[in-house]
Amino acid sequence: MEKLLEILTSLHPDVDFSEAEDLVDDGILDSLDIVTLVTEIDSEFDVTIPAEEIVPENFNSAAALWALIERLDEE
Amino acid sequence: MLFTSYGFIAFLCLLFVAYYFVPKRWQWGLLLAASYIFYAFAGWQCLIFIAVTTVSAYAVARLMARMAGRESDYLAAHRDSMDKEARKAYKAKAKKRRFGVLLCGLVLNFGILAVLKYTAFAVFNLNSALTAFGAEPLGIPDLLLPMGISFYIFQTMGYLIDVYRGKTQAEENFFRLALFVSFFPQLVQGPISRHGDLAAQLYAPHAFDARGFTYGLQRILWGYFKKLVIADRVLVAMQTMLDTPDGYRGVYVILLILLYSVQIYADFTGGIDITVGVAQCLGIRLAENFDHPFSSRSTKEYWRRWHITMGSWFTDYVFYPLSVTRPMMKLSKWSRRVLGNTVGKRIPVYLATIVTWFLTGLWHGAGWNFIVWGLLNCAVILVSQELEPLYARFRVKFPRLTASSPYGGFMAVRTFLLMGLFRSLDCYRDVGLTFRLWGSMLTVWNWGELGSGMMSLGLTLADWIILAGGVLTVAVVSRLTMRMDIRERLYDRPVLSWVLCGGLLLAILLFGAYGVGYDASQFIYNQF
Repeated sequence: MEKLLEILTSLHPDVDFSEAEDLVDDGILDSLDIVTLVTEIDSEFDVTIPAEEIVPENFNSAAALWALIERLDEE
Repeated sequence: MLFTSYGFIAFLCLLFVAYYFVPKRWQWGLLLAASYIFYAFAGWQCLIFIAVTTVSAYAVARLMARMAGRESDYLAAHRDSMDKEARKAYKAKAKKRRFGVLLCGLVLNFGILAVLKYTAFAVFNLNSALTAFGAEPLGIPDLLLPMGISFYIFQTMGYLIDVYRGKTQAEENFFRLALFVSFFPQLVQGPISRHGDLAAQLYAPHAFDARGFTYGLQRILWGYFKKLVIADRVLVAMQTMLDTPDGYRGVYVILLILLYSVQIYADFTGGIDITVGVAQCLGIRLAENFDHPFSSRSTKEYWRRWHITMGSWFTDYVFYPLSVTRPMMKLSKWSRRVLGNTVGKRIPVYLATIVTWFLTGLWHGAGWNFIVWGLLNCAVILVSQELEPLYARFRVKFPRLTASSPYGGFMAVRTFLLMGLFRSLDCYRDVGLTFRLWGSMLTVWNWGELGSGMMSLGLTLADWIILAGGVLTVAVVSRLTMRMDIRERLYDRPVLSWVLCGGLLLAILLFGAYGVGYDASQFIYNQF
């Protein structure tokens, strides 16, 4: 989770990602950010996020994104 | 059947009456019949193409659903005998098989679209190469392009991908799917709906709802006002300039950019107002395609507000899948290793963005002007992305300035002009000519002749005044809708509501662009 927060902060240093809960709905993360995140996650955690999992509910908060990474890693 | 024809109005009246008088279980069947009748007016050949898309989508979706069902049954039956790795391998293999089926549906339908829409463009480019080598050019085929084919194929292919992803159920009833593909208000120019949002509404029984029906009629009226009073009037002046573009340089290029911005906004949003309004009269809520696009402060924001359903289609079904493909992930790792983290991590994202915008340009039309238009939008978005840290520092250093209304206004005007400039590629239809005319804005100083020149563009002083009044009305209403639901406010004030709607109808009848010198034209996006 620490590493994920680090990746997120590198995208938007002015956002508190440990608190934010509507990252996509509020327009903080756009499609370019999301794809950058997906490639960073693939590189850091060796977890590939498939296109069908790229939905707002999985990217709206750091916690939701972490849960997705853990789930995909389990599968 | 044009939305702007009396025939369409008569068609709607008959449909509305029949829709609320037939038993509710027949309503969706009636809509299907009405949709095919409406589409038949575009030419009987069009029915063949939409039928091919419907049949192929039905077959592919049913097959994928059956395969997914078998996969689940197999996994359930072998729950104890398969370990995690074996299950993973089975799922991957099964997914690959389903993808093969999906691919057949996509290749067939996009293949039809590609052949009908892009063959002439491909032959034209091939001929340029052939003549350069002294060979005989080929004849350019004149193929039928069915009305709205890009819209219904994109919507239907979105459905297939959603079924493949397990996001929506495969439709069991063929005729219900046929209605989803052909729902007539959307056939002219979208919006591109998602099966999960629209299908259930299409098949549900709808009781007459006076409030919804009134809102729908008001929206239709508003759409006609934009289309007939503004868009079709502007068209006359634009056409004069586009007939001999080299004769209208310098300030006329700026005028054309402004007029085309007004025209395409009034035409496209007006058409969508009619579409959404008709659907609302039938008790069906369609996705909104616009959210005050000309208030956008950046290109990125503009594309979140303009033609929303097309933008989200390309994001969900092209940009994301392309970005996470295995080759792209490999490229990401390779570029980070070779070029370093800072540059390397940008390569796959930028590549996917460029491909997506190239295809977005191509979707808009088979011509280099559309491709260049797409790539210019892409370039601005990527450059803005790179400059974002600089903007962030600027915002931190000047917080009061950047939060002020004048600064916001400046950003919106800048975005409006930039988008208008790029959009003029769509008017001139020739990249070289467009660039030359852009250059003339800096080299030809003919501002003095603008006043008299505007009077020789086919519009009278009265026309310009009506146009200005129409644009002002739309701007004020648009501004108000950012703060309130106007129709909701008016519903409790019936007298004011009737007066305003009557005024709008009168304005359409008095100032609508019909008669000598005018031709209530087809919608611009219809040709896409």
